[in-house]
Amino acid sequence: MPPSNTANETPAVARNVTLFDLFKLFFLAGAVSFGGGVVAYEREYLVGGAKWLSDEDFLSTLEISETLPGLNSVNIAVIVGDNLRGIPGVIAAVAGLVIPGSVIVMVLGLLWSSSHHDPRVQHFLLGIAAAAVGMLSVVTLQLGRRQFQSALDLAIIVVTFAAVSIFKISLAWVLLAIGPVAIFLYRPATDRALTQGAELHLPFHRGPRHGKLRH
Amino acid sequence: MRTQLLKLGAVFAMLGILAVGGGTAVLPEMQHATVHWFNLTDKQFRDIYSLGQVAPGPNMLMVLVIGYRLMGALGAAVVGIAFFIPDCALTLLANRLWVHFAGSPWRLTVQRGMAPVAIGLMCAGTYAIGRLTLVSAVTGRINPLSIAITIGVGAILLWRHVNPGILVLLSGTVYMLLSR
Repeated sequence: MPPSNTANETPAVARNVTLFDLFKLFFLAGAVSFGGGVVAYEREYLVGGAKWLSDEDFLSTLEISETLPGLNSVNIAVIVGDNLRGIPGVIAAVAGLVIPGSVIVMVLGLLWSSSHHDPRVQHFLLGIAAAAVGMLSVVTLQLGRRQFQSALDLAIIVVTFAAVSIFKISLAWVLLAIGPVAIFLYRPATDRALTQGAELHLPFHRGPRHGKLRH
Repeated sequence: MRTQLLKLGAVFAMLGILAVGGGTAVLPEMQHATVHWFNLTDKQFRDIYSLGQVAPGPNMLMVLVIGYRLMGALGAAVVGIAFFIPDCALTLLANRLWVHFAGSPWRLTVQRGMAPVAIGLMCAGTYAIGRLTLVSAVTGRINPLSIAITIGVGAILLWRHVNPGILVLLSGTVYMLLSR
């Protein structure tokens, strides 16, 4: 199948994107996204700024990124890089995305290594961890809004959580055991799959974090 | 040293590939692996996780500091390569195969089925960081200041969208000032 017939078809304007352009765009997204929310910046730059992707292209890219394992922001860089410039594009995009954060986190790591016995540093970082717990809770609630309201989904959530957090079962086993069951429950041609399929309510699909462009 | 590096690489390659729904999903496993199989402490894990919140880009870049802490610069390089490269390769492969499943009902099935699993794993990741943060490791009692910050940040974010970077720095500063 020729790649031009796909759902991921890139708009004509994006055909002559250079590797440096790709690197630059993702470098910027990776450099300004303090505190996280990288996906929102990627969307802003790819759709709003450079106009390499339409909003629909971006959402379909996001959907693939979220279904695949790995970090969503990195997966987006891989897919956009590949669709625009093939494997060299992937390298340029991913390198751009991770270089600024890697340098800064390593500098912070070095500073921390020499100062983590200082109570002020310990307290500062503990405050940050407490903020992170609040942010993670809200993001989980918002992304899982639909799932928390469906009895079947809620059961899968509880079983997954209990397996990891209470029974301390290794993640690989949890995924191997629960994943196939969850997929089987939503197998095609069941009423459940059909009714759910009519209206797509994926957790990450148009979540508030991704739905709003930040300026 | 060499076998330890290989082990470190294997652990993080596994974590990168198992991150269903994002990095938060693998936090419990990462904590367990780095604390029990390598000599990181719970407190160091929590501190390094916080460093990731301060740096721009994906928060999970903090794995580089874990590698550095455990095995120096080489450790950071091994962890970075192991955590990101296999996952990127997998995504690249899947992106090229994805078009073949364009009309398949199974694509939606996999997405629908794995969505609650991903949310369950996010709950577990949040719980892992929460336990390290909200309960004192020394006394086993809850830490009221941490809980107040968690609830405050959660309430602010439910109320309106605020740049997370600001909340993170503010929370760190508040905790530091109030606990002196």
